[in-house]
Amino acid sequence: MKRLRIDSTVIVLAILVLVIAIGAILVATVGRSFFSPGNIRDILTGMSVLGLVAIGQTLVILGASLDLSVTYVMSLASLIAATTMNGNPANIPWAVTLTLLVCAGIGLANGLIVTVLKVNGFIATLGVGLILQGVLNTSFQGSAGSVPWAFQLIGATGIGPVPISTLIMIGLAVVVWWLLGRTRTGAHLFAVGGDPEVARLSGVRTKPPLIVAHVLCSVFAGLAGLLLASRLGVGSPTVGQQGGYALLSIAAVVLGGTLLLGGRGSIWGTIGGVAIFAVVDNVMSVMQVNPFLKDVVRGVVIVAAVAVYSRRAIVRRRARFGPGGTRTGGDAAAAAAAPDMVAAAVALEAGAKDTGANDTGATDAAATDAGGEVRS
Amino acid sequence: MRFLRTLVSPRGAVFLLLVILLAAITILNPNFADPGQLMRFIQRVAPIAIVAIGQYFVIVAGEFDLSQGSLITAQVIIAGNLVGQDDSRTIPVLLLMLVFGAAIGLVNGLITTLLKVPSFIVTLGMMLALLGAVMWWTGGAATGNPADSFRQIGRGGIRDLPLIDFLPWSVLILAAWLAIGIWITKRPLGKVLIAVGDNARAVRYAGARDWWVLTRAFMISSLSATIAGVLLVGYAGVHPSVGRGYEFIAITAVVLGGVVLGGGRGWIVAAVAGAFVLEALFLLLNIAGVPSSLRDAVQGVIIIAAVAYSGVAFRARRRPRAAPHASPDSGKEPDDPAGESARPSASPALVGGVTPAGPATTTARPDQIRGD
Repeated sequence: MKRLRIDSTVIVLAILVLVIAIGAILVATVGRSFFSPGNIRDILTGMSVLGLVAIGQTLVILGASLDLSVTYVMSLASLIAATTMNGNPANIPWAVTLTLLVCAGIGLANGLIVTVLKVNGFIATLGVGLILQGVLNTSFQGSAGSVPWAFQLIGATGIGPVPISTLIMIGLAVVVWWLLGRTRTGAHLFAVGGDPEVARLSGVRTKPPLIVAHVLCSVFAGLAGLLLASRLGVGSPTVGQQGGYALLSIAAVVLGGTLLLGGRGSIWGTIGGVAIFAVVDNVMSVMQVNPFLKDVVRGVVIVAAVAVYSRRAIVRRRARFGPGGTRTGGDAAAAAAAPDMVAAAVALEAGAKDTGANDTGATDAAATDAGGEVRS
Repeated sequence: MRFLRTLVSPRGAVFLLLVILLAAITILNPNFADPGQLMRFIQRVAPIAIVAIGQYFVIVAGEFDLSQGSLITAQVIIAGNLVGQDDSRTIPVLLLMLVFGAAIGLVNGLITTLLKVPSFIVTLGMMLALLGAVMWWTGGAATGNPADSFRQIGRGGIRDLPLIDFLPWSVLILAAWLAIGIWITKRPLGKVLIAVGDNARAVRYAGARDWWVLTRAFMISSLSATIAGVLLVGYAGVHPSVGRGYEFIAITAVVLGGVVLGGGRGWIVAAVAGAFVLEALFLLLNIAGVPSSLRDAVQGVIIIAAVAYSGVAFRARRRPRAAPHASPDSGKEPDDPAGESARPSASPALVGGVTPAGPATTTARPDQIRGD
């Protein structure tokens, strides 16, 4: 009797639809339209910054690490970009390049601390975050720089009700989806996140995927910082910390069905999680909920949404064999060899019986256990 | 000699660090060695150390408690609003706070264990909800100044003692709470918590009620935050920023003490020493005249370096023993849907051939062990 396994991304989307439905009804009670173009633009705009951070966070969490430094990276990115541009549109390409390079450097530091020094990701990125806070404190006394109008347009314009920033975010999500699903680094990241030891024994170099994930996470945080700079028009040393993006992005990732222990998850679940937050925030803003009460609702929504599916399903592993599997060819040979293997196994068991029933029991347990290890 | 070796070993790394820091402080400020000053120092560490004790039990079981800081803030504001200037209310409000703390821990624990929501998310939600609720209740401005009898718990003490002159209550409370903590680690609860952190599934198969064990760990953690809140009212007063960031300080302290995030390994005394190291570090940065803007950066570097050192030292010591790999805990993984609990290995044909009764034997075993 096999229960239907539901992909957690589907559950997240179902929760999103539910939240939208409830939100639409609540918004209608105060005489406003949830589906007006203006409101949809607000929601999508609200998704863009957290979405960028959460995409990066997804990569790191898939690798069984965490990144708590994203908030400081965002603030730093907004400051570097705004001060380098200094109001001159000609500086935009150089400013963006410099910002992303600095962010990549921070990510590299994170990744090296986690992989080479083997410091837990939580502590490593907390420490790097403190270091960045020190840098922010010493180098900047407040908002600095100015962003030229051309760059501000990125955060301000849109195609119809869809803001450019959200389109960029979705486009990058597609890139990351491709990276995770179709490249070796992506596959290795899943493997290392699932069980580093098994990955190592399988011949995967465990360090590079995690370092890449950390670098990308910081770069995505940098992009979010650029976007914030474009919205604010200046760089601010506190903009990331005020938003609480580190914990919120982790919450969005987990809400999207990615295991905090790494190894399983999907980028679309994360986007769904971000969308749920954006809708909840939007509904509360429209209904003018007390700002402190908003935090209460946010907290309850996070826990309740994760509780809905955490008992039931996790992101399904892709089928490895057969049609649609990630492994092609060789199935016929395996099927042909199966009888021989069973025979060999029976012979093996007959040999094992001589040494006593207890030992057989132990090896059985070990065999099932090993199976479990590989699966998890 | 053996003492020295322990100091350099990972278990003692935090004590070594503490000795170095205290020595550095004493060199810069000879007054610090004065017993009275030392007592003041311990008094200042007490809330962090108590929170770290609570966090230890949660972390060693492989979980997180991010709600501690918010709970401290909530308790401080509750005390400020409910005690008022009425000394007679001190005891009832104190009891109410303890009950409230225990209830928060119970909720955290039950959602984590029964609903199988990762504790990171549960306590993150609790952190947002608690802080929001308390601010909503007070309208954003913390008011109230608890009666002196309440504040004495945090700032008062036994005066006119020989040698140390002044023994703050908070030092006594810290000592008592640490003693209770050590006692718990010696009891089945403490042992099972470490086992849960190491391999939750094995503990479940062995017949332990892991949900109740974990829930009690969360309750200890919340009670610790409550006690820290009571102490903080004493000398920090009532303010919505009291307690902010304590969860991260506590986690850092516990990890500095060599407790492994993910659970299964750790010593409570070292966790408390980690709290002392952190506070000594703050004090040293203060005395050494490091500009306040750079303090965060120095703190970050030292935290990473200390954890990296204890990790390297630990691995160096374990290597001779064929380095048994500590498998990442898979116990928190949501339950498999029915029909897959047998967890067949890669080739069903192989398993079927070897052990027709394989799954049956493995599922029968826990029943035999359970016994009681």
